[in-house]
Parts: sequence; C-alpha cells; structure tokens
Amino acid sequence: MTDETQRLRVFLVDDHAMFRAGVRAELGVHVDVVGEASAVPEAIQKIGVLEPDVVLLDVHMPDGGGRAVLDAMRRSHPHVRFLALSVSDAAEDVIGLIRAGARGYVTKTISPDELADAIRRVADGDAVFSPRLAGFVLDAFAARPDAPVADPELDQLTNREREVLRLLARGYAYKEIAKELYISIKTVETHVSNVLRKLQMSNRYELSRWAADRRLV
Amino acid sequence: MMTNPIPVRRLYRDPAHRAVAGVAAGIAEHLGAPVMLIRAAFVLLSTVYGLGAIMYAVFWAVLPLPAQATPARRNFLQLFSFLALGIGALLLVNQTGHDGMHIAVGWLAATVALGAGIIWHQADPKRRMRWSQTVPQMPWLGSVLDNDRRSYLLRFIGGGLLVIVGIIGAVAVGGVRLSGADLSSIAYGLLFAVIALAGVGLALAPVLWKMYMQLRDEREGRIREQERAELAAMIHDQVLHTLALIQRNAGDTKSVLRLARGQERSLRNWLYKSSASPTEKLSAALEEIAAEVEDTYAVAVETVIVGDLDVDEPVAALVAAAREALVNAGRHAKVSTVSLYAEVEPDCISVFIRDRGVGFELSTVEDDRHGVRGSIILRMTRHGGKAEVRSEPGDGTEVRLTMPINTEARRRRVPAND
Repeated sequence: MTDETQRLRVFLVDDHAMFRAGVRAELGVHVDVVGEASAVPEAIQKIGVLEPDVVLLDVHMPDGGGRAVLDAMRRSHPHVRFLALSVSDAAEDVIGLIRAGARGYVTKTISPDELADAIRRVADGDAVFSPRLAGFVLDAFAARPDAPVADPELDQLTNREREVLRLLARGYAYKEIAKELYISIKTVETHVSNVLRKLQMSNRYELSRWAADRRLV
Repeated sequence: MMTNPIPVRRLYRDPAHRAVAGVAAGIAEHLGAPVMLIRAAFVLLSTVYGLGAIMYAVFWAVLPLPAQATPARRNFLQLFSFLALGIGALLLVNQTGHDGMHIAVGWLAATVALGAGIIWHQADPKRRMRWSQTVPQMPWLGSVLDNDRRSYLLRFIGGGLLVIVGIIGAVAVGGVRLSGADLSSIAYGLLFAVIALAGVGLALAPVLWKMYMQLRDEREGRIREQERAELAAMIHDQVLHTLALIQRNAGDTKSVLRLARGQERSLRNWLYKSSASPTEKLSAALEEIAAEVEDTYAVAVETVIVGDLDVDEPVAALVAAAREALVNAGRHAKVSTVSLYAEVEPDCISVFIRDRGVGFELSTVEDDRHGVRGSIILRMTRHGGKAEVRSEPGDGTEVRLTMPINTEARRRRVPAND
C-alpha cells in the first residue's frame, strides 16, 4: 500500500493493560497505534514527543484522569485531537471531558469498526457523540421556561441540530441521518460540530453545574 | 500541611526570659513593647481588686509554650521575683487589712485560674518531658504528672478541686458580705451560680471536647465500616457470583454476554442511579423493560432517555408497547444491539425502538400474530397514542411510538439526569 503516510497516528492512554492490548489489536488494521501510556505523567511526556493525530483518552485514571492530560496538552499541542473513551455513563464525566476540550466521547463497548470511524472523524476536526451523550445534550439544552437564555447563539440548539441529535440518540449512523433528513453527510457533521462548540462554550445552568461537579469552571 | 509563607504570629509564654512564668515576657515579645512596661502594668492593675494578679493567672493558664521552647534552667533570680510577689501580697493584705474581702476574692479567682490551667495544659504531650527536665531533682514528679491515664485523672481531680474550692470560696465570701438579705443578694446569688457553672464548664471543657472527638471518630469509623461491608456484600453476592458463572459457561458466548451485561447493569445502577420506582417514573419503567429484554434475549439495549414524568395509565400502555417492540427485536431481529430512545417533549412522549436486524415486510405479518398489531399498534391507539412500524427486509426495523400529554397536571417535566 502506498497510503502509509495517510494512516492516522493514534496514541492510547488507559491504565488497564488488557484494554490497551485489545484496542491496539482491533485498531491495528485501520490506524497506526504509535504509542501508549498507562499513567498521566507518562501520557503527557509521550504525547508531547510523538505528536499523534488522535489520542484515545481514558476518563478515569489515577492522578487526575483524562482531564489532567487534556489540561496539560490542549494549549501546547492544539493540533492533537482527543477522543474520550470510558466505561462511565455519568453525565458529569461526559460533559466534563467535552468541556475540557475533548472532541468526542464514546463508551468502551463500542465496536472496533465504529471506533475506527470515530477516530477518523475526530482527526478530520469533527465531533463524535455516543447516543447517550446526544441524550445528555438534548436534556441539557431542553427548553425550560425557568432557564434564562443569556446568549441565544450558544445557549440554544437550532431545530435542525436537535433533529440530528435525536437521530444520534436513536442509534442512527451519520449516513442514515443524512438519508433521513435529506441532507449530506458533511452537513450532518457540521451540525454535530456546532453542537460540540455550544457544549464547550455555553454557560447554560445545567452545563455549568456539571462542569462545577468536576471543578471545571 | 500547607506551608504558609507568612508565619502566623501567636501569643506564647516566653520561659526563657521569665521572672515568674514568662507571661509578661511573652506579651512584650508579641507586642514589641519593653518587658518592664508590661510587668509594671500587671503590678499596677493588681492594686485594683487584684485584677493584675487574676489576669496574670489567666494568661498563665491559657497561653501555650512555643513549640521549640528550651526550658530555662532553674534560676535563683526567680526566687527574688517570687519573694517580691509574696511581700507585695502581704503588703496588699496589710494595706487593706480591715477589708480583706477583695484580696480573698482575688486569691480565690487566681486559684480557679490555676486549677483550670492545670486541666487545660495537660493536653500538651510535652508536659511530661518538661516536668522531668526542669525538676531533675525530683524525677518522680514527672511520673506522677506525666500523661498516662492515672496521672491524667489525678491532675484532673486536683485541678477540678482547685476550681471548685475557689468558686465555693468566692460564693462564701460574697455570701458573708451580702448576708443582709435584700433583693440584690438574690441577684448576687444568681451571679455566683452562673460563675460556678462557668467554672465547672471551664474545668470540664477539655474532657468533654476529648469525648466528643472520640465519639465522632468512632461514628465515622462505624459508617466507613458499614460502607465497606455493603460494598463487600455487593461484590461477593453479585460480582464474584457472576464471574464464577462466566467461567463455567465460557464456551457459551450468548450466556457469557448475558451475564456480563446483567452484571454491568446492576453495577451501574448501584453506582449512578437514583432508585426511582418503575411504577412511578417513565425512565425507571423503560430501564426496567430494557433490563428484562437484555436478560431474556441476550441483546444489549442502548437506552437513552431525555426528560421524565410520572407514570399513569397511558404512559403505562406506552411502556408496555415499547416492551413488546423490544421483545420483537430481541427475538426476531438477530442482532446484538437494540436502541431504545425516549424523549418527553412539552406536549408528547416519543419512544423509538430501533434495530439493524433482518427486518420484515409488514404486510406479510399474519393477522393472528398479536405481537405487532395487537400489543403495539392497537394498544397505542386505544390510549390516544400512535404507533408506526417501519421495516424493510435486510434494513432493520424501527418502531415509533408517540403518546400525547394532555392535561396540565401531567406536564411536570423533570430532567432525567439529576
């Protein structure tokens, strides 16, 4: 194959050796796993040297978890993209990592093909939402009469974004969403990226609360 | 401990420059005033009802020694200061001889302060060392006054006795003086009672504090132990059991999957979920049917629920229809994952059950098959809702259920992720 240069360079951060080995084996056919780390300081050091395209980041680790890695790398290496990978479904974990700068969040039960797909999407600068994350976002941005909207641009979802998120929560793939809504896959990706931006920037109460739970404010 | 860049200035006794007990020296050091000025102030104040003496005694009782205090060698100069103190006291008594009451009250107050001081100071573990170092001629003093339990009791009783004697004395002196029974004597009596209570409180405070701390530690320990026991029971009853079953069924992928999934669900519930009852809340009801289908058909049901509301008859019908759709997917679709999505909107509830399985031709489903028609479509229409089944052979199936929310009372929409 001549597209060796185009293969994505992926770095794994997870404190479970078994899980790293499994992901490495599964992803080997799709991407280059250029390195792995089992702890936060090791991850920070190696990512700085290797500069991978995408880092698969475990949320729960000793010494601050994925959040600590994100904080250390985000400013110095803005071109490295992070995809959070976790067994946790807790809202504050999901929202917390996204607000700290991760471009996506998937659970560890994801299939290898879907994971490779997600990595490719994150590397292209798009966002990746698991169905559950889509559900959280819909919940957090739900129109509540008592919730003041400070910045309509950031604090509200458009109808189209809401529709896309609903289909994501229903387990639709991007291709299926595009077909269902009669739009292109690129447009679906744009909508999801916009939602990600709102998720990271908005000061809606629900998001601030989740962020506060993880001391992210 | 945090290292504070600015050392906190605290008031200590200064035993290195002491004349009597180092109180004046300590205060002088703290205020940056000449020590003689402080001493003069104490002496002057002592002429006013012995106030200076009382203050000195209180300071002595309350002020701690600095942590790195090097106990001063016994100094014969100190003898002079104690001598002067005695002479001063005698002079004072002579001067006010006919009315010794003020002096008596002063002395009694000093006694109270000394007793309280003894009790308060024994919390300090350095005492024992100090005693045996400053009085090397009397090593037994260290062992009597050291902080093992016996001497603790001894000193507590001694200090308490001093406090009580002082208070009783004060009351007695006051009583003699005020024996002319009038209204003010009652007021004085009350005052003395309050003083006596305060004295007892003062004497008991360290003991009570110590007991309170012990009780609190014990209680915390018990709670921790309880939590640990609960966790151990959960791990033992569930996790180890499941792992044993997985090992025994290692060859059977389906049951391994089912066991793992069931265990995961129960652990998740234990960790994250508030325990709402399935008969009360829509989200809990949907999660229950999802769990049931997962257990029965060895499929994973990806459940996403947005919003929540109370269960009533139409909602229960909606849940039953959703269950039927999940069962169909689990039984016929030949997939490992089914998606269940529910959203509570301001005016209706939508539930979607979707699989990427084999699908079917809706028109080919026979009329006697109750599954789709009876249990889903008719049930929904009967309760004012709507059901739509989209399926194509080879392209999976999606069941869409919608149930309008009519009355205002049912629009109590609450976030699901609290």
